[in-house]
Amino acid sequence: MELKVVDSSGVREKIRDHPCFSKDAHHHYARMHVAVAPACNIQCHYCNRKYDCANESRPGVVSELLTPEQAVKKTLAVAAEIPQLTVLGIAGPGDPLANPERTFATFAALTEKAPDIRLCVSTNGLMLPQHVDELCRHNIDHVTITINCVDADIGAQIYPWIFWQHRRIRGAKAAAILIEQQLMGLEMLAERGVLVKINSVLIPGVNDLHLAEVSRIVKQKGAFLHNIMPLIAEPEHGTFFGLMGQRAPSAKELHAVQQSCANDMEIMSHCRQCRADAIGMLGQDRHDEFTLERIEKLEIDPVAAMARRAQLRAQIEAARTAKSLQPVLVSLTSLTQPKPGVGGSPAAQVGRAKLASSAASFRVALASSDGQRIDQSLSEVEVLRVYQVDGQSSRLTETRPVSGLPSHLSQDPVAEAKVTEVIKLIKDCDALLCTRIGFNAWQRLERQGIRPLSAESGLPIKVALRQAHADWHTDTEGAANAASRALSA
Amino acid sequence: MSYRITTDCVNCWACEPLCPQQAVLASKPHFVIDPARCTGCEGEFAEPQCASICPIEGAILDPSGAPVNPPGSLTGIPPGVWDQTRERIQAR
Repeated sequence: MELKVVDSSGVREKIRDHPCFSKDAHHHYARMHVAVAPACNIQCHYCNRKYDCANESRPGVVSELLTPEQAVKKTLAVAAEIPQLTVLGIAGPGDPLANPERTFATFAALTEKAPDIRLCVSTNGLMLPQHVDELCRHNIDHVTITINCVDADIGAQIYPWIFWQHRRIRGAKAAAILIEQQLMGLEMLAERGVLVKINSVLIPGVNDLHLAEVSRIVKQKGAFLHNIMPLIAEPEHGTFFGLMGQRAPSAKELHAVQQSCANDMEIMSHCRQCRADAIGMLGQDRHDEFTLERIEKLEIDPVAAMARRAQLRAQIEAARTAKSLQPVLVSLTSLTQPKPGVGGSPAAQVGRAKLASSAASFRVALASSDGQRIDQSLSEVEVLRVYQVDGQSSRLTETRPVSGLPSHLSQDPVAEAKVTEVIKLIKDCDALLCTRIGFNAWQRLERQGIRPLSAESGLPIKVALRQAHADWHTDTEGAANAASRALSA
Repeated sequence: MSYRITTDCVNCWACEPLCPQQAVLASKPHFVIDPARCTGCEGEFAEPQCASICPIEGAILDPSGAPVNPPGSLTGIPPGVWDQTRERIQAR
């Protein structure tokens, strides 16, 4: 799943400690969802309301419905045990604004007892305009609206009906009302300075060609971020799409649509489509640790817990600032090892041709386990992330899985086969960036005109790419100068 | 004569907050309607509120025992043409 962010330093400051919105924050901060909102007022073809099933783990699914009192107690308990907690969200399992009393009772109590915790809400948007003012009375600065289309005929293929003004409304008429309310709610929130993220579910053959238009409209109406997520439609989930055999998009299709929506927004890539009762850091769910039974027994001092959170945040921010000031990329030109492949070989010529053709923009494949930092060697890499780099900006364009080979094996034949596969996967790239690259692999990459670059483990991708681009630019100019000298000689 | 909830109910809570008589009760294994309280929304709404938001076909019966949302009524696709619909959707 990828997120696009409208570039603005004010927004950056607001999302700095938000694990769902900030590219870097999810390494440092935690979030939790409380499942207080069971009822829903629309039907989506990708949802099955039978959520109370302990065997499932997917968005919208929870096994424990909380009262607002229980939710407040749980939040205070989690915030005491996980001081990294910065954000409390209500995301269902139904629609938070179809359960306004429960949602706002929870928010009101938390605004009072844990004013440092930010509050978020995710909604289908149908009841949003009615509740904008009430939302703004609480400690809320982020709202997510799921908008899958801005065309009622496409909407009719996604939403069979809505419940509106005491009646069930069907088809395109229902979709038209829903879209109108969503866009009105978005505009109202943007006017009040609330950050609004739009989630869209990519449904092949339904809204794939339409999401670029959705992106354009929501951006125009003030959304700061568009998150395009793949449809989840397994038959065993019992959703209409699952039962009818509607397929999910491939990773390639998802990327293509994200690209078509990209315009001038930055792309992010860490949304995990969390459960409505998720707790902790993204990707490390701890909701099992906080059972109602256990929470009831806990004695919490909310004031002391808040002080601990403030202290931890100060430490985290100091460390983040310090880290961003340390460039640690090891540049190719600084290596003393004699560089194989340099000279008049055909391979070097391939490399120079690529180099000259992509002076302004180049493509880098890199090895990262989490999409944030360079942290794997060539022999460990499981997914190659391909970035397009130009000037000061870099954009994740594709992820390419490296198949089969177990990463712990480093015997020669296996390593050799892995290098072969990696080279095959990144033939169109100009460089490969990872923590370690063996000498033989180094030579083989150069022979293909792919520049091997090694970075210190843990270096943020963004920093590494910036450094790589600077080196690349210098070398490209050097090559161009050499070429012009050769011509004039 | 009151509306009734069948075992098809998935306990999704949608109907509970809407009932003007508070006749819908969260219960195990499924929600129930208190027949002494249910008025069928007579005089209050044009349509019974519980049945107008229920997402499950056949889960709510009217006073005559007929499903208010019969098969096919909520997906918008009558059961007779499900196979054709499936083929069309799978071709996407």
